[in-house]
Amino acid sequence: MTRLIELDGISHSYGGPTVLEHVHLTIDEGSFLGVIGPSGSGKTTLLRLVLGNLRPTEGVVRRRADLRIAYVPQVETVNWNFPITVSEVVLMAAAAKWYRPRATESERKRVAELLEQLGLGGFEHRHIRELSGGQQQRVFLARALHRDPELLVLDEPTSGVDVRTRHEVVHLLTDLHRNGTSVVLSTHDINGLAAHLPLIACVNRELIAVGTPAEVLTSSVLERTYGAPMEVLEHGGMLLVTDSPMGIE
Amino acid sequence: MTLFEPFQFEFFRNGFMVATLAGAICGLVGVYVVLRSMSYIGHGLSHSIFGGAAASAVLGVNFYLGAGMWGLLSALMIGRVARRGKIGADAAIGVITTASFALGLALSNVFGQARRSIEAVLFGSILGVTSLEVLAVACVGLLAVAIIWAFYRKLLFATFDPEVADVTGVNVGRMEALLMLMLAVTILFTMKIVGVLLISALLVTPAVIARMVTDSFARMLVIAPLVGAACGAVGMVISYHADISSGASIILLAAFVFIVVYTVTGARGRGNAGGMIH
Repeated sequence: MTRLIELDGISHSYGGPTVLEHVHLTIDEGSFLGVIGPSGSGKTTLLRLVLGNLRPTEGVVRRRADLRIAYVPQVETVNWNFPITVSEVVLMAAAAKWYRPRATESERKRVAELLEQLGLGGFEHRHIRELSGGQQQRVFLARALHRDPELLVLDEPTSGVDVRTRHEVVHLLTDLHRNGTSVVLSTHDINGLAAHLPLIACVNRELIAVGTPAEVLTSSVLERTYGAPMEVLEHGGMLLVTDSPMGIE
Repeated sequence: MTLFEPFQFEFFRNGFMVATLAGAICGLVGVYVVLRSMSYIGHGLSHSIFGGAAASAVLGVNFYLGAGMWGLLSALMIGRVARRGKIGADAAIGVITTASFALGLALSNVFGQARRSIEAVLFGSILGVTSLEVLAVACVGLLAVAIIWAFYRKLLFATFDPEVADVTGVNVGRMEALLMLMLAVTILFTMKIVGVLLISALLVTPAVIARMVTDSFARMLVIAPLVGAACGAVGMVISYHADISSGASIILLAAFVFIVVYTVTGARGRGNAGGMIH
């Protein structure tokens, strides 16, 4: 199995306290990894180090040469009021290569194919604000897929979306993974997303544990990760994580 | 007195052409300024350049050379202070550019003989615009159009989503530097007509007007320069007939157009410009 990215003893700080400390993590070809942890635990920093947007203050990030990475940001961080259409967003993926302001016929065809593939056929000229939450998420996924990535990185792909959209996103990512794309994502959604992934990394300033859901979704690991007691139940072969009612009467 | 009377004077014809071109260039560059929420940088840079303009007037150095170098230095210092992360970019702009502006004022107080030219820089003047300056502003306009044409998609990506653009292979730092350079050059070559204190309004108002009437980025790049050019041209004629400074008449006209468009486009226009109008 080819190693795509290796984080070797990574620490990072934004000038203040250390956000991540001594993280060792490898992402191999075919990985489908979910990064979980409480708010401010360093999940997004970890993704940005994987992407190469940030340089670690300590340690080394090794990437396979010519690795094609695509990134889907949190939809909540997008300026939905920006004057831009669906096709313009998808076409951005080729910005680094193209100098012509107007899209060529072959580019337009490729965008139409991608949108069709993601169930957004005919939406090319819609303003991004006019789409539903699930459709907006898929537009950014289409932009990422335009690069034909080997590694797809997503920041909170199910944050702020309804249950139906969450199911759509999970199915889409599963299909992509099945077709050979490696996936790394961060999420707060343990039951709805992380528990369905083959591999989970628990982060809270340091890497607490990495393993299958059965290995890491345990009360002790989750308590170390979230700093609060949590219970793990089994229902129909799936693990369910709940807040422990300790201390509440 | 007829409407076209001022066109018999060469100084007015030159001023008219520069004002029209300045409005178009500010409108074009302003689209990126407002969509990137960089209005404060435009405001700060124009104030900073005033320090360089005052120093150039006192030292007898060429205005464009002195003020240009000063502006570039300020932009680099802002970037350096902001990158260190100890203080925010807005605070860095506030400290560096107002200090530069204060220096300009101090120089004008000490060297009273430079006061007239400094007042012209502050409030804008149509007097003394040479044919060479018309040509220089036209070249700046062509340069801005060429840069936007060549880097259209990269600039759009870096403006809309800089973090993802960076991952996708767009050199966001270079695009930002290009925008800062375009902004500094635009301010430098248009501030004589519009004035340091008013130029940020010409950068912002036509772009916001364009945003209120369209949902398309490409159309914004056409509408904003047209609005800016129209305000520059008509504002110059008003300036002559009403005997008020060119900067004031251009900006008042732009503000009037803004109010009309704001009223006519109603909730849709206000929705489009959401986040730009506070």
